[in-house]
Formats: sequence, structure tokens, C-alpha cells
Amino acid sequence: MKRVQFEHSAIPYMFIAPQIIIIVVFFLWPAAQAVYQSFLLEDAFGLSSQFVWFRNYSDTIFNDAWLQAAGFTIVFSTLVTALSLGLALLLAVKANEVIRGASTYKTLLMWAYAIAPPVAGLMGNLMFNPLIGDLYIFMNSIGFDFDHKLDPYDAGFVVVLISVWKQVSVNFIFFLSGLQGIPKGVQEAALMDCKSSTRRFWTITFPLLAPTTFFLMVINITYAFFETFGIIDTTTQGAPGGATTTLVYKVFQDGFRGADIGGSSAQSVVLMIMVLVLTVIQFRFIEKKVHY
Amino acid sequence: MKSLALLTAGLATFATASLAQTEIQFWHAMGGRLGEVVEEVAEKYNASQSDYVLVPTYKGGYEDTMTAGIAAFRAKQQPNLIQIFDAGAATIINAPGATIPVADLLTQYEGGFNGADFIEGVRYFYADSDGKMIGMPFNSSTPLLYYNKDILAEVGIDAPPSTWEEFESMAPKIKEAGYQALAQSHSPWIFSENFHSRHNLQLATGNNGYDSTDVEILYNNDAMKMHWSKVKEWLDAGYYGFYGRGWGDNQDAFVQKKTAMWLGSSGSFGGLKASTDFEFGTTYLPYWSSVIEEPKSTFIGGAALFAMAGKSDEENEATADFLKFLSSSEIQYFWHKETGYVPITNAAYDMAKADGYYGTTPDAEIGILQLSQPGGEWTKGYRLGFYVQIRDVMYNAFDDIFSGEASVDEAFAAIEKGANELLVRFDATVK
Repeated sequence: MKRVQFEHSAIPYMFIAPQIIIIVVFFLWPAAQAVYQSFLLEDAFGLSSQFVWFRNYSDTIFNDAWLQAAGFTIVFSTLVTALSLGLALLLAVKANEVIRGASTYKTLLMWAYAIAPPVAGLMGNLMFNPLIGDLYIFMNSIGFDFDHKLDPYDAGFVVVLISVWKQVSVNFIFFLSGLQGIPKGVQEAALMDCKSSTRRFWTITFPLLAPTTFFLMVINITYAFFETFGIIDTTTQGAPGGATTTLVYKVFQDGFRGADIGGSSAQSVVLMIMVLVLTVIQFRFIEKKVHY
Repeated sequence: MKSLALLTAGLATFATASLAQTEIQFWHAMGGRLGEVVEEVAEKYNASQSDYVLVPTYKGGYEDTMTAGIAAFRAKQQPNLIQIFDAGAATIINAPGATIPVADLLTQYEGGFNGADFIEGVRYFYADSDGKMIGMPFNSSTPLLYYNKDILAEVGIDAPPSTWEEFESMAPKIKEAGYQALAQSHSPWIFSENFHSRHNLQLATGNNGYDSTDVEILYNNDAMKMHWSKVKEWLDAGYYGFYGRGWGDNQDAFVQKKTAMWLGSSGSFGGLKASTDFEFGTTYLPYWSSVIEEPKSTFIGGAALFAMAGKSDEENEATADFLKFLSSSEIQYFWHKETGYVPITNAAYDMAKADGYYGTTPDAEIGILQLSQPGGEWTKGYRLGFYVQIRDVMYNAFDDIFSGEASVDEAFAAIEKGANELLVRFDATVK
């Protein structure tokens, strides 16, 4: 049977070409390079190069330092995502109800959006400086024996706090616009059926916000995985004892500072696969529960 | 920021190309006051002759500079000269063809090179196992003990400690007066590498790594473990202050009079002079008299200049000319006075002495005196690959000792395991 096909011109391809080129040059090509490099063992200057199959993987994946980083990455990403989503939702719901001075209030909450992660990290570092940091002094004055230079949990607290603070405003903007997109009619109908505002929130508002929440969850996990790099580099640098080293930060330490390109490429390939799996899980299982 | 630097470098290329002078691109890691002094040296050099132009570019910290150099070399855009720090020495020296040994460069273009012109303490660290200098020592420093004279006088201590045993007897008095006794800014460098030099202990097989890359680390030894057990005791007793891994954070504790003494670099001298509002003195790095009766010299830290390969004869000649200028007595004396880094040649040291510099500022001589103390079998340095990561392994283990996450034995077992894995890996890259 002959399939009927229409003649078409090359024009549509020209329109999508810029996007395709960008994807190839900035995403596919570097990713392919990383895969290629991950099979090579080279000296730092690239003067001698050997193909070593999976040696880079067996040397750098699943050793103590990598496992520690993987563990921290999971805990850290979960905490950052959950806390920044939860706080932002709370703030957005409350801000949505404010009538007097609403725009000032909202602007102030969005403020931190404009701050780049490394800058947030630098500010946090200053506030937690053991000699002059206000927050450091405050934490100790209220009875905590707080020392993030020594205590892994305190250090974790510092990076989580700064990462959440930085991300709340982004989530806040999305939640707020999501809330404002909920039709007034639906809300009024709910008001007539149910007196409890908490119950109305969980049965009406929250399900209607689900697309926003899902989108933000994907964004936040990516943020916690990758973008918090700047915060960690300007605060703890992975210390104490490697307790705040995320997988991305380890890739940087080994590849960028340590000049072990093969080893760090192998780690980035593993990271790439992890993120791929995570994204598939999110879209296949969680998205099913989201109604647009 | 990076693009801005590139832009300025690009503009500089345009601006000077028209004058037909050969440019010497020089990438360095000297920030703050040190960076200003580098600029001054460049100005002096450019004013001293008209054939060549030295263009110094600040590339960030030591690691950043090395990474930038590696990336540039891979892209065939390498500078003529690059400053590489002690921990990166093995990386660049074991990459054959990445650099031209400075001894060869100066022999070829400047008619000779005499290793004996350099003071003993700096001669070997950046040399190959036969003693041929590969890198030119640039900012050569060594760890020293700085002490706050006011605090020691207040507590009634006449002289700073020369041994750790003496330190232990002083520390409680200092604590009673409300100060911490000691802080320190670089535990791998001061409490590990130079600890081994000071006590004449071997730190790695294969002649501390100079003879081979197929080596093992020897940090897991009794003297080191004893020292770190003590440091942990001092921390718990409040004698020792730990302000994280950052160099500046620990130095600040000394500047702000939280601690009476601080172990830092001889190169910190100039900066401390400018930032402190009290009298401070310097003295030699303390040692354990229970480990060694007569302490040996320390070795240099800091960094060296490497002439990168793949440049034209004309540019190499220019680079050689600048290196000769840089090692001249006048410039070395200037560099020594402005920064506190030690002068690298005997002639420059003699010039400083003849000028009466140490008569007026005796503290500035301590670094070079310590480097000139009698050397031993294990005092010339070390050459270990992936040492930047090995230092990270050490930092992690030391943090764990301090926080109590690991015992001293566990921590040193972890260092041994982690470092040896890295050394095996590095050895495989050198083929």
C-alpha cells in the first residue's frame, strides 16, 4: 500500500534549526564529550591518553567519598525541595489573603529571587562567620553549641538554610500566580459547602495547584542537585570532613581543582543517568496524579 | 568577570602588538597586596628594557590558576609563564612536554644556569630527582609561628615556644587570661608536610615521590598520630582554635586577638604588618623534642614559575630574559621586603643583610634562617601526584578528628587508603 505524503518544503526545518543547533552545541556535544572522556585516562595536560574502559568508573564511583556525597545529595535535595516548597506555599497562601499593602508585601517576598546562589552563599558565610557572624553568635547565645566548621549537622543546616532561603521566593512567585489562577466561582462554591478553611485548602485549592506544585518540584530538585553548587562553594566548600559535598561539587573538586578529567567525567555521566532516571520517575508516576 | 579579563587581555594584545615588542604572558595567583607587588615588578621590568613586555594576569587562587593553565594548554592558548603551587608540582612536572625546564631555558638563552646560586632551602623542591630545576621558585614561603607580644607579656611569658612541649606548658596560662593559645591556617602544609621535614621523617616511598610515581604515602606513622592526638586534646581543652579550612578565617582570629599565636606563612608577614594593631613577632616552627633532638629545616611552600612549552624561540628568549631579571638581587630583595617571601638567591640574601634590613626588622629573617637550618634526608620536599585531592582527603580526616567523627587511628587509616588510591590512579596517568 502506498502511503500518501504531501510535498513539504524545508522552511519548517529552518525555523526549528536554531533550537536544534543550540541543543546540539550546548547539550548533546558536551554530554558526548563527557561520555568519551569518561573512558580515557589522561595526564592533566592531555599529553598522553589511554583508553581504559570502565576504570574511571570503578575508581571513582562507590568509593567512600562518593557514597558520602551521594548520601548527602539525597538528604540535602529532599530537605531543600520539601522546605522551600512548603514555606513558599504557606507564604503564598497567606500573601494571597492580604488586602492592605498587598503589593509591598509580595514584592518584599520576591526580593531574594534576584540574588544569584554564590551571592546568597557569600552573605550566608558572612552571617555565620565564627568571629563576626550575627547568626553564628545568635545560635550560640540561645543555647546551641553551634559550630558549622566542625559539626557536620550544623554545616548541613547552614547550606540547607541558605539554599531554601534563596529558593523560596522563586517558588512563592509561581504559587502566588497559581493561586490567583483559581477561578473565584470555584472558591465561592467551596465556601458555601464547607466552613473550615484548612479543609477547603486541602480539598479544593491544593489539588488545583497540583500542576504548579509538580512543575516546581521538578525545578527544585534540579536546583538542589546542581545550582546549589555556588552556595556550597562559597560557604562550606564541602567541609567538614566532606559532609556537605554534593555529587556536583565532587565533580568540580576532582575535575576542576584536581585535574582528574577522566574520573570527574565518569562521575558526571553517572550523575546524568541519575537525573534522567529521576525525571522519568517524576513524569511517569507523579505526573499521573496531576490533573491539568 | 572572566570575559572581562579576556577582553582586557585581548585589548592589551592589540595595544602592544603595534610596538613590535615580544609579549610575555604571565598568569599568576597573587591577589590583594601580593598582586600589587607583582604589578610593580612587571612595571619595573617593562621600564628596564624595550624589547619585551611582561603582561601579568591574575587568574584567581592557586588551584584556579593551575586549572586555567591546563585548560589553556589543552586549547593551545597557554601563557609563557605560569605560577604553579607546591601541591600542583607533580602534576606539571610529570607531564612531559608541558614545560621547558627553567635550567634548560636559561642555559640556552642566558648563557648559563647555576643551581648553587639559589639558597639551599629552595633549590630542590621544584627540581627533578637529579637536582635540575624545572620550575623557578617564585613566592617561596615557609611556615612560621607568629605570636602576639602583648598577650605573651600580659600572661608573663618571656619567649615564644620553640618546642611543642614548651607550648603545652604555656597554653593553660594563656587560656586563663582569656585567650586561645594557638590557631593555624593550613593543616596539610604545616601539620603534615612540614611536620615531616622538621622531624626528618619520610612522607612517601620512592624518595618522597621524587624518584617515581609508583609510590605509597607514609603519613600513617606514630609521630603524626601522636601530634594529632595532642592537637585534638588542645582543641578540647580550649588551647587550640579551629576556624575552618579557610586561610584567612584563622589568620583573622590572630589579628582580632582571639588567639595568642598563629602558625602561618612567612609570606603573611607583609599583610599582618598592615592589618594588626599590636606588636607581633615571628619564630621557628615548633617541634617535638621527644621526636627529634635537633630540628631540621622546613621546606618551601608557595609556588614556582614554569615556562610552558609550545612557544616560539622569540617568546622563549623573552621569558628567559624575564626570569633572569626576576632572580636578580635587586628584584628579589624588593620582593622579599614587600611581601615577606624569602629571597631565592644567596646574592639577594646577602644584599638584604648588607643593607641592614634584618637589623631593623629581625622578624623578616626568620623564614630564611629556618630554611637554612641543617637539612636532613627528608627535608628537600615531596613530589606526589593528585596531591590537591590528597590534601582534600587529609582535610576531611582532620575535620573528622576534630569533630570526633573518627579516632586519630581511623582518620590516618582513611588518609592512607584515600591517598594511596589516588597515587595508584596518578601513576596510571603517567605512561
